[in-house]
Amino acid sequence: MRIVVLTKPVPDPAAAEHLGPDGRVDRTGGNVINGNDEYALEAALKLVETHGGEVTVVAMSPETGRDVLRKALAMGATRGVLITDPALAGADWLSTIRVLAAAVREMEFDLLLVGVDTSDGGAGLVPAGLAALLGLPYLSNAATIEPVDAGVRVNRITATGFETLESATPAVIGGTQALGAPRYPTLKGIMGARSKEVAVRTLGDLGLDPATVGGAAAGTRVVDLRRPPERGQAKMVRGPAADVAREVVEFLAARGFI
Amino acid sequence: MPDPSSTFRLTEEQVQLRDAVRTLAREQIAPRAAAIDREGTFPHDIKDLLARQDILGLPFPEAYGGLGADLLTVCLAIEELSRADATTGLILAVHALAATPILLAGTPEQKQQWLPDLAAGRRLIAFALTEAEAGSDPAATRTRATRDQTHYRIDGSKRFISHASVADVVVVFAVTNPDAEKPSRRLSAFLVETSSPGYAVARLEHKMGIRGSPTAELTFDDVRVPAANRLGAEGEGFAIAMRTFERSRPGIAAQAVGIAQGATDEAVRYSRQRVQFGRPIGELQMIQAMLADMAAQTEAARALLYRACAEIEHGPAEDAARWASMCKLVAGDTAMKVATDAVQVLGGYGYIEDFPVERMMRDAKITQLYEGTQQIQRLVIARSLLRASA
Repeated sequence: MRIVVLTKPVPDPAAAEHLGPDGRVDRTGGNVINGNDEYALEAALKLVETHGGEVTVVAMSPETGRDVLRKALAMGATRGVLITDPALAGADWLSTIRVLAAAVREMEFDLLLVGVDTSDGGAGLVPAGLAALLGLPYLSNAATIEPVDAGVRVNRITATGFETLESATPAVIGGTQALGAPRYPTLKGIMGARSKEVAVRTLGDLGLDPATVGGAAAGTRVVDLRRPPERGQAKMVRGPAADVAREVVEFLAARGFI
Repeated sequence: MPDPSSTFRLTEEQVQLRDAVRTLAREQIAPRAAAIDREGTFPHDIKDLLARQDILGLPFPEAYGGLGADLLTVCLAIEELSRADATTGLILAVHALAATPILLAGTPEQKQQWLPDLAAGRRLIAFALTEAEAGSDPAATRTRATRDQTHYRIDGSKRFISHASVADVVVVFAVTNPDAEKPSRRLSAFLVETSSPGYAVARLEHKMGIRGSPTAELTFDDVRVPAANRLGAEGEGFAIAMRTFERSRPGIAAQAVGIAQGATDEAVRYSRQRVQFGRPIGELQMIQAMLADMAAQTEAARALLYRACAEIEHGPAEDAARWASMCKLVAGDTAMKVATDAVQVLGGYGYIEDFPVERMMRDAKITQLYEGTQQIQRLVIARSLLRASA
């Protein structure tokens, strides 16, 4: 089974501020693998451990994204591809999808795993957009992934439970936290990652004109930034469950909510 | 990848390795530390954990199943383990120390014979140089190794040998050339299996600290060792030991930095929680000053250790011993001071076993004593300086 996983480098969500003065995400600090992408990577590693195959991790980012790919390689991915080009700064979601699509078209794969959204942008458009551009089925919000004779079966999270979806491969799958906690890289994995290949692809390598993607072609721009309004003082209720429940009910009833 | 000797930052790979060991130490070793100290027995479960996680394989070349880590990376692992538990840090430090003579002086056949089991952690190795009357002065060694055709016969005793009661093989330094003109040409190094007839652990010491790490007195009663187990030529033992210390003293410095960091962590945590005069004691300037000094001193010792590791591996060979001694000297004294200050921050609670800082203070003391006392480190440093300026 050949699996490609998109592992986006994002600022560590545990760190304080992520926006630069231009209102864009500040990518100069330490980056980590986007959470949902990391769950997808864990699922991919488990799949090849059970069924054989290989995992290629792909990141589109400045050169600093190489460290994130290294971490993915340390976790067990087979090889990495870093798509980097100065012209990509300021790329909007449509550019991002076009560039990623051009990169994965170069690869042979059965499954393309992508986190359903990212902790920095958060639009959640890339997996569906990629599937559309590539003309592949999209199985979103995956909680489980298993190969079947016809292709792949996914349990898709819905508002009320699960749907079981099946599709032919190749297919694009949107990964979620429900796929399971990512492993820690082992020391052997970390040391072994140094000898694994990280291929670099520029826009020229992908046959893309810088005028058509990246900042030059962005259809969106940051106009204004506002912080969400401060919330009022939260009232914390502690104590035995019965007392807490009574107090919460009284609080809601007094305001006409119940 | 940047040349590690040209940067003051860890490589991404080193950061990942350090963080992996840190997580393991925090989750699986720190909760065992108090019991290891109280029970005073070697934690075989922790040794197995280190083997399973490839931590014991760090110092060994990949060709023998190890991870091929550089000296700094090995020290990062010892530091993070010791931050949780100094006894555990010493498991890696002693294993790396005692394997160094094989790496430095072993033939390809000897390396192939011994290193794979050590790298996998299937076997443990110890280092036996010190004797009751030969501590800081190893040239005064009295244990004898007498050639008997294809074998040597070893007779004598060793003292203060870490892990000798749990190791499978011990590097033993013994006199083969008693008539050599220079005392430093009298010793040879041998790999002695602890299952050998005549090898015995005479007793285990009752120690102030690192109580989970067994420290043995050994006796050798006509122990037959194949000549193929001699490391290096006859008479090279002293030189092998000294070159080993160039690479092992940073390991003890790393243990000391780890203890200092662990003690600082505990003092900071306590200062946030402990309320006196109606506020956390961390808001009191006298406590703040102590915490600031502890953190700054620990970082200074760490910086010297990391620099020393880079210099020992990438700098002039004639300066390696000085760097090794400088980092051990500074880190050992820092660990002792910082751990003592941590006890002070915790007050009476620092003096009882409910909190880990009293253990850390007891553990810290050994880092000023073994792998050469602080006085020996100063001797090595001064000799290096005076030779360099001659």
